[in-house]
Amino acid sequence: MAAKDSKVVEMEEVVIRFSGDSGDGMQLTGTLFSDTAALSGNDLSTFPDFPAEIRAPQNTVAGVSGFQLHFGSSKIHTSGDLCDVLVAMNPASLKSNLKHAKKGATIITDIDNYEPKILEKAGFASNPLEDGSLGDYTLVKAPIRKLTREAVAELGLDAKTADKSKNMFALGLLFYMFNKELDHTFHFLEKKFAKKPVVIEANKLVLKAGYIFGENVEAIKSTIEVKPASIEKGKYRNITGNTATAWGLMAASEKSGRKLFLGSYPITPATEILMELSKHRNLGVKTFQAEDEIAGVTSAIGACFAGSMGVTTTSGPGLSLKSEALGLAVITELPLVVVNVQRGGPSTGLPTKSEQGDLLQALYGRNGEAPMFIMAAASPVDCFYAAFETAQIAMEHMTPSILLTDGYIGFGSELFRIPKMADFPEIKPPIAAPNSDFKPYARDPETLARQWALPGTEGLRHRIGGLEKSDVYGQVSTDPQNHERMTFLREEKVQRIANRLPEQEIFGQPEGDLLVVSWGGTRGFVRSAVERMQKAGHKVGHAHFRYIMPLPKNTRQVLSAYKKVLVCELNAGQFVKYLRMNFPDIAMSQYNKVQGQPFTVIELTEKFTQTIQEA
Amino acid sequence: MTEINNTIEKSPVKLTREDFMSDQMVKWCPGCGDHAVLAAVSKVFPEIGYKKENFVFVSGIGCSSRFPYYVNTYGFHGIHGRAAAIASGVKIANPKLSVWIVSGDGDSMAIGGNHFIHLIRRNIDVNLLLLNNRIYGLTKGQYSPTSPLGAVTKTSPYGTIEHPFNPGELVLGAQGTFYARALDVNPKLMTEIMFEAARHDGTSVVEVLQNCVIFNDGAYDEITDKTVREERTITLRAGEKMIFGAKRDKGIRLNGTSLEVVTLGENGITEDDLLVHDPYQTDPGIHLMLAKMAGPDFPVALGVIRAAKAYATYDDLMEEQIASISAKSKIHCMDDLLNSGDTWMI
Repeated sequence: MAAKDSKVVEMEEVVIRFSGDSGDGMQLTGTLFSDTAALSGNDLSTFPDFPAEIRAPQNTVAGVSGFQLHFGSSKIHTSGDLCDVLVAMNPASLKSNLKHAKKGATIITDIDNYEPKILEKAGFASNPLEDGSLGDYTLVKAPIRKLTREAVAELGLDAKTADKSKNMFALGLLFYMFNKELDHTFHFLEKKFAKKPVVIEANKLVLKAGYIFGENVEAIKSTIEVKPASIEKGKYRNITGNTATAWGLMAASEKSGRKLFLGSYPITPATEILMELSKHRNLGVKTFQAEDEIAGVTSAIGACFAGSMGVTTTSGPGLSLKSEALGLAVITELPLVVVNVQRGGPSTGLPTKSEQGDLLQALYGRNGEAPMFIMAAASPVDCFYAAFETAQIAMEHMTPSILLTDGYIGFGSELFRIPKMADFPEIKPPIAAPNSDFKPYARDPETLARQWALPGTEGLRHRIGGLEKSDVYGQVSTDPQNHERMTFLREEKVQRIANRLPEQEIFGQPEGDLLVVSWGGTRGFVRSAVERMQKAGHKVGHAHFRYIMPLPKNTRQVLSAYKKVLVCELNAGQFVKYLRMNFPDIAMSQYNKVQGQPFTVIELTEKFTQTIQEA
Repeated sequence: MTEINNTIEKSPVKLTREDFMSDQMVKWCPGCGDHAVLAAVSKVFPEIGYKKENFVFVSGIGCSSRFPYYVNTYGFHGIHGRAAAIASGVKIANPKLSVWIVSGDGDSMAIGGNHFIHLIRRNIDVNLLLLNNRIYGLTKGQYSPTSPLGAVTKTSPYGTIEHPFNPGELVLGAQGTFYARALDVNPKLMTEIMFEAARHDGTSVVEVLQNCVIFNDGAYDEITDKTVREERTITLRAGEKMIFGAKRDKGIRLNGTSLEVVTLGENGITEDDLLVHDPYQTDPGIHLMLAKMAGPDFPVALGVIRAAKAYATYDDLMEEQIASISAKSKIHCMDDLLNSGDTWMI
């Protein structure tokens, strides 16, 4: 085949969805493409979509693993709605992912996998490549298995080993389609398989074969150019939300001088934070993989008592198990940091899917009056800053604190402009001086924080615990007046954190027709939809909340600034309940989605338009 | 007593009992075995010799768990069953503290059973005083996991139908390196044992058989009563023959694969036939048999049954790992980490 003449088409943004069997290496393929796009200057956001099962039966819809990448020459807020290019390595991945493809999208699929038995396993009655059902799409029928085996024939590998490189074929093809360099992937392969030169060689050959196939195949009529984005100059890296959370916690430990102790129990989708932190013994991080969720949190409380920055990480069901211990952290007023990477609930629910269903649990899921500081990260990169801030506030205000993230931003990744630690504030916990006049519940007059008296320090021996204590002196007390006073002091201490929080901002005009309210991990989708509405001339604003408890002091003014308020969340309406409780006189409508999936920009803009039009 | 050697800082001055006396009114029932444990702790802590600020008491919930309020150290009164996990966090965070857990049979054998076995498995260098009165006292008289089969309590009016735990078996089953048993009515032995517990590197479990005067009075009368104590208990000491009895005429020997009580002078039995106690041996086989001894055929074993250096402690391994990984790493601070791996300039 002679290389064809192909046109170059410029696009501002592109969504690619990689899908295949769990073992097909789609997460890696997606990541390698993302890294290359980032290196070429594109802004991007990614999201993996994989099944709860590790290796579900091959070629079934249950076993399909996906990875979506949204990259572009402008600011990218989300991993995208529907894809422009769908890579489907087998019929099952086509079956389960076609709904994520735009009409007219390019579908790349391995035709060597369309045998009758495999089609049947995927639930196709007839072959979709032949029955005309894909007429609305540009179909790239690639004999991936055959060409992969041919490409590595010279190396004498068996078919099974050869087939492991099939993902590189798809990647090479995409690199051709988007005019991207192969160098980064070459370097990656050389590093990853340094001890297996034959594997490096096989993968490189297949990657090139995919690229050459792209040059020659008639179905690809043009290549696509996505220009570099005009993003702030600086040094960048790619980072997932869970890694960013881990690093944000480590940064707070460094800035406070308090050693980081993590007590945690593996739970999807929070486990990556434990795994990441366990790598950093080099920076003195102590990770304790506990016997259960309760030991995770109580060991962290013990570490806090002993003077460490005690952290526990979990997801919804784990937070339920920790509830009693959180009350202990509240009454002992220790700076425990809790990270809840939310997933679909209740109970085991949808472990690998995302939801915002734990807001009310974080606020109220404890016995007694047990207020905690709560904040919610807005994006993968924001996990870094939000984790830092949660730990900072926990230590400076001596209050247990919860950071809410979710599976979407935890697993998702973004470009991260690498900050300098010198630009972060020192964290100054109120540590009691040796032989000082320490009283366990004497408070800072401004913040109401008590002092942190570290065991081993001379002259500060004291006892704290789960029983109510007398104000100032910290003796066990059942005095009714004292209990009421302590209850309100604990509440007031958390409320006073609002004094240091920045005002809630509105993205858009100070007033208008519709204020869209969101919180936590949905910021990207809601922001994209609001931008789209604003470009179309609508008077729509966006207030995205990161601080949940306490709310920013100007929240009332913000909610009153527009004619209508619409609160959007991935649950049945928890933040809107909380806002209505706090501001019963302000009318708010709500938009909710509880499907374990993020919002799409399309459905949001439709809802906004409809809300504006309603009388 | 041998001196204690570890990294916990010693007191520059000789401390006394008064240094650990709390100003709080002790609210246990008169006659409760807890008082004896408290007295033993105040007596032994000055002998252990650490700076008084380096002792930390952690407890869960139950009568015994009020303990931290009654002794003047750093103290943390936790929640039911979780003392072992809280204490794990304290010790890992600061291995230079001497951490003591006070727990009861409900706290450690029931609601906190999971933490109990995992603490022991990890061999974290803390000391756990298990105050076993075979009843729930604070909730007023329900049976516990150590109540004997058939015990009549408020929640078992017709007798329990559950087999009890023997804490010693659980400790050894969880690969425990230190297990000792004491009686509340023998404070001298209790003090000796506590000192040995402090000296041991690893999780030390000290079970104190103690009376609950209100809800389980006489729980251990059949072994503690002065008229029978010498006949029905044996106090084990390292390197000594296993001899007991008011006339010191009985002993324990190994017969085949089992222990056997023999009488000296009968059937030609001499002291040479008796077992010599070795708490330091790694193999827990004999220790398990000793921990399981019970009447009417056997005396109940008291003293340090096991104190083996079988495993490194978790806290030591943690510190060693941090030191060795840090020494090898090129990443020394967050700026190093943030700029490591794949990065690029825009």
